[in-house]
Amino acid sequence: MNEKIVIENLSLQYDDGTESLRNISLGIPENAITVLFGPAGGGKSSLLRCLNRLNDLSEVKTMSGRIWLDGENILDPKTDVIRLRRKVGMVFARPVVLPMSIRSNITYGLEVMGEKRRSRLEEAVERSLIQAALWEEVKDRLNDPAIALSGGQQQRLCVARSLALEPEVILLDEPTSGLDPISTSKVEASLQEIKKNYSIILVPHSVQQAARTADFAAFFLQGELVEYAQGKTIFTAPTDKRTEDYVTGRFG
Amino acid sequence: MMTKKPLFNRNLTQKLGFSLLTLMAAMTVIPIIVVVVYIIYAGGGAVNWEFLSGLPHDGMRQGGIMPAIVGTFYLTLGTAAFSVPIGIAAAVYLSEYAPDNWWTRLIRIAIINLSGIPSVVYGLFGLGLFVLFLKFGTSILSASLTLSIMTLPVIISTSEEALRSVPQSFRTVSISLGATRWQTIRRIVLPEALPGIITGVILGLERAAGETAPILFTGAAFFLPRLPHSIFDATMALPYHLFVISTQIPEMPFQIQYGTALVLIIFVLGMNIFATIIRSRARARRQW
Repeated sequence: MNEKIVIENLSLQYDDGTESLRNISLGIPENAITVLFGPAGGGKSSLLRCLNRLNDLSEVKTMSGRIWLDGENILDPKTDVIRLRRKVGMVFARPVVLPMSIRSNITYGLEVMGEKRRSRLEEAVERSLIQAALWEEVKDRLNDPAIALSGGQQQRLCVARSLALEPEVILLDEPTSGLDPISTSKVEASLQEIKKNYSIILVPHSVQQAARTADFAAFFLQGELVEYAQGKTIFTAPTDKRTEDYVTGRFG
Repeated sequence: MMTKKPLFNRNLTQKLGFSLLTLMAAMTVIPIIVVVVYIIYAGGGAVNWEFLSGLPHDGMRQGGIMPAIVGTFYLTLGTAAFSVPIGIAAAVYLSEYAPDNWWTRLIRIAIINLSGIPSVVYGLFGLGLFVLFLKFGTSILSASLTLSIMTLPVIISTSEEALRSVPQSFRTVSISLGATRWQTIRRIVLPEALPGIITGVILGLERAAGETAPILFTGAAFFLPRLPHSIFDATMALPYHLFVISTQIPEMPFQIQYGTALVLIIFVLGMNIFATIIRSRARARRQW
């Protein structure tokens, strides 16, 4: 198993002292779905936002440790964050489509990087929509405003938007929290499809989703990494009492 | 045990309260209707093509007010030329870039205080700085600059509000897709905030168009029956002309006074209605 990302002794605290991470060390494998799960406030989203340096926008008090992506420490102040964010795509909990057409939502990321060739943009639109299992539903109305899509379609559009940049890692922060079961299963199916080419890190919105999707799973509790193992192991035979209590529904 | 019967019926109290609130709200509408109706009644007869396109003569008791209309138009345009770019740039800085420190707090305090300064003080300031110190003379340039300073706080605060009302999530998404902050502002935030910014700009300019005191010492001419030749020329302007013909000229025909007032009100109200239309159309089209 190849490790795409290696997190070393990562600690993080926000200005207001809220959610934080305490000395996290974790290896994220390539071409697999790694699930970060646990009760709210455990630090899962914070960890995601470290991986593409989106935390640069937040009020961070202290951050220490290293995150290696392909052998490069991305927390180094000299890191080119624009290039990093192209390599590490992100899908948020609420589908946030940009106030423009379906097509422009997908081409936006490429255009800000200076891609002007129409053929390249068109190719990216079709490829990423197919990968996100949305192409058939929208191919005849690519110029419609993206907001007109249903919630589930919007979220798959957000996935497609990330894929259009041909990233290597995709971060998903509770991508199905606002979706109905059918849309959820569509999103999950497309994740299983795209993991063949990408490394996926998913914060699921329920333990059930974690169990369904995880190749590997990490259980977070109040900023601490309690247990990290293969999905099969952690949901059937967890070693830590706290993990067991959580996956069996005794708390959380 | 029986509950005590209330002194007043609760429904009656509610009806009384709502009626009172409705009445109070209606009272804000009454003055504007009365003013507009009266001015149309008293001055409507004076407004015709000759009045709008002619030069004043016979000590302004006869003829038209064309130089004042054109002058106010020039002053509004000149004010826009200075205050719009500066105002929008300042708003973008404050909303998108400014850290919360003593420097930006100082800027905010300055803006708040600018909007509280009486307009005549702006006039004196413009006289001192632009007319005398910078030697622009009493001119369209000096008056426009003075009006710009007065207009800036309105433009900055409304534009900043419009920028801040663009959801934060758009910015986060744009950044996460690899856009720079400036690309995010130019491609997402500014276009979304534009209707709000335009509304603010028009409201600011409308105030500038109607002001007398700031241009009194800086650019307005008492009587100049021709069009200005350049931005260094003084000009007649509607508000000042109205002040002159209502107070400085004996035996001034009433109709011309009210006709001038009517033209000024149409100019200013027209801008206001235009701003309202832009705002409501943008709201209807808004995609979030």
